[in-house]
Amino acid sequence: MARTTISSLFGSSPIRPLQQHMESVQACIVELVPFFEAALAEDWSRAAEQQAAIARLEREADKLKRELRLHLPKSLFMPVSRRDLLEVLRMQDNIANKAKDIAGLITGRRMTFPESMRAHMPQFVNRCIDASKQAQKAINELDELVETGFGGSEIKLVQDMIKHLDEIESDTDKIQVKIRAELFKVEKDLPPVDVMFMYKVLDWIGDLGDLSQRVGSRLELMLAR
Amino acid sequence: MEFEMTYVVMACIFGLFMAWGIGANDVANAMGTSVGSGAITIKQAVIIAAIFEFAGAFLAGGQVTKTIRKGIVDAQLLSGTPELLVFGMLAALLAAGIWLFVASRHGWPVSTTHTIVGAIVGFAAVGVGVDAVKWSQVGSIVMSWVVSPAIAGVLSYWIFRSVQKFILNTDDPLGNAKKYVPIYIFLAGFVIALVTMFKGLKHVGLNLSTLQSYGFAVLAGLIIMSIGIVAIRRLKIDPNADRDFHFANVEKVFGILMVVTACGMAFAHGSNDVANAIGPMAAVISVVESGGQIGQKSALPSWILLIGGGGIVAGLLMYGRRVIATVGKHITDLTPSRGFACELSAATTVVVASGTGLPISTTHTLVGAVLGVGLARGIGALNMNVVQTIFLSWIVTLPAGAIMSIIFFFTFKGIFL
Repeated sequence: MARTTISSLFGSSPIRPLQQHMESVQACIVELVPFFEAALAEDWSRAAEQQAAIARLEREADKLKRELRLHLPKSLFMPVSRRDLLEVLRMQDNIANKAKDIAGLITGRRMTFPESMRAHMPQFVNRCIDASKQAQKAINELDELVETGFGGSEIKLVQDMIKHLDEIESDTDKIQVKIRAELFKVEKDLPPVDVMFMYKVLDWIGDLGDLSQRVGSRLELMLAR
Repeated sequence: MEFEMTYVVMACIFGLFMAWGIGANDVANAMGTSVGSGAITIKQAVIIAAIFEFAGAFLAGGQVTKTIRKGIVDAQLLSGTPELLVFGMLAALLAAGIWLFVASRHGWPVSTTHTIVGAIVGFAAVGVGVDAVKWSQVGSIVMSWVVSPAIAGVLSYWIFRSVQKFILNTDDPLGNAKKYVPIYIFLAGFVIALVTMFKGLKHVGLNLSTLQSYGFAVLAGLIIMSIGIVAIRRLKIDPNADRDFHFANVEKVFGILMVVTACGMAFAHGSNDVANAIGPMAAVISVVESGGQIGQKSALPSWILLIGGGGIVAGLLMYGRRVIATVGKHITDLTPSRGFACELSAATTVVVASGTGLPISTTHTLVGAVLGVGLARGIGALNMNVVQTIFLSWIVTLPAGAIMSIIFFFTFKGIFL
């Protein structure tokens, strides 16, 4: 049956799909925890399994991303700017991409980290996952934000969440500095190519926190229009 | 005049067809918002629509009917040839009915009002003469088509902003919803009662002074408000429902309000759109009844309003409920807190227009109201394409209605003269 004027006026809201995407991104990156457990224990068959799981979850997130993009025609009038929305989506998606890259690189090179680094790695990864979890929490407030029409105590609530996200991110920075220092101490005794890639992996893990923070700051831009 | 009975029967059939079409398709736009928001079920929507469309048509529909039957064509020019007016109005009805039938089949955003006005202007300008059209009147009608969605939009914007300020963006939205929602209920009841008092009750035999009208309107508002307060008290507030989405219970309170605005919307729609069907019908019947005289002063017989109201209800029951269901399914994003803002402002705009005798499009007014809430950042996503297609439909509908009505006009002339 043909649609009437009023029913065709309403498009499908992108808010819920955006939250679902973040959900699947989060599901992807928590898999880094068992992955690192396996990799640090040099159990490469288990690590490879975990890496495959991460890659699969990343593809799922990718699919959600593409679907959401397809349903965002320029003619859609939304309470948030389309550009901010797409940017948040891109950031979220980059988190999953980064997780996949990290797992891929470590598995591919069968990276063995020096003893002094190993102790700090789980903490580093966990803190970065905390960051994206916090970003997800903020994204989950979007439907409430739309309900209140972006105002009042709801704004304050989300701003506090984003502030907390910033704190978590600066934690991850501190941990990263510490681990880098550990690596720097021993780098002369290790094969240079390995060291190079270890620095790269550290960077990428740090990026997880960074990207999460950027999800938060884009969200903040959405609030103020 | 010959064939008098034939004309009357034809007028009744065409008018009924048109009213049926309005009930089958147009009503769904007015009622779908309430169903989509989950405030009422489809069955309830059909019952509300049946009662209040009828009440609106009967109590407040007289002014617009008058405009359609005597406001557009200068009947004075036709006093020598009353048949022309009869043919014209029959042609306009048939043209509009067919055009709406085709358009709703294809889902074009076509307005009943625009179609019938286009059709009447068409037969008058071509069939009788350009001077036969009261162009200034037509001009103000066309203006009202642009102005009414804009007014509804501004109203709904501010109504929704007030909802944000007093209820949604406070520390205790639920408490404030219980406190302030009755006031909105009062407003809805008051506005509709007032317009009815001013315009509608004369032909039922009640003549009220301005002060009396206001008094009764306040009283009506208060009565509806107290019913609302009782209903809100009896609501089951479920704290668990707020865990995922903090406003679930607040929306329940707005759901009560939306039942009221749904009634208002049906009433407003009845008061304005029924005239599209019965205005031309009434014109034909009054010419025949006065024995060929173009009776400028003749009153509108109540039974004609009954036919219009009955036709709408028949269309609604036979076909409209399905359309309401489809509309409702597509607009679940519209929660009661914003649905009511849309309906209250659209209903107010339409009812006031009905009181002034301006035939406007209820659907387009509602679109304006929805956009108003959208501008207040209240709705997840709106397709702006629709606005474009509405403008396009204006450009297409007027000539389409006019051309068809011209063809039918000359056909009738050929058959009966």
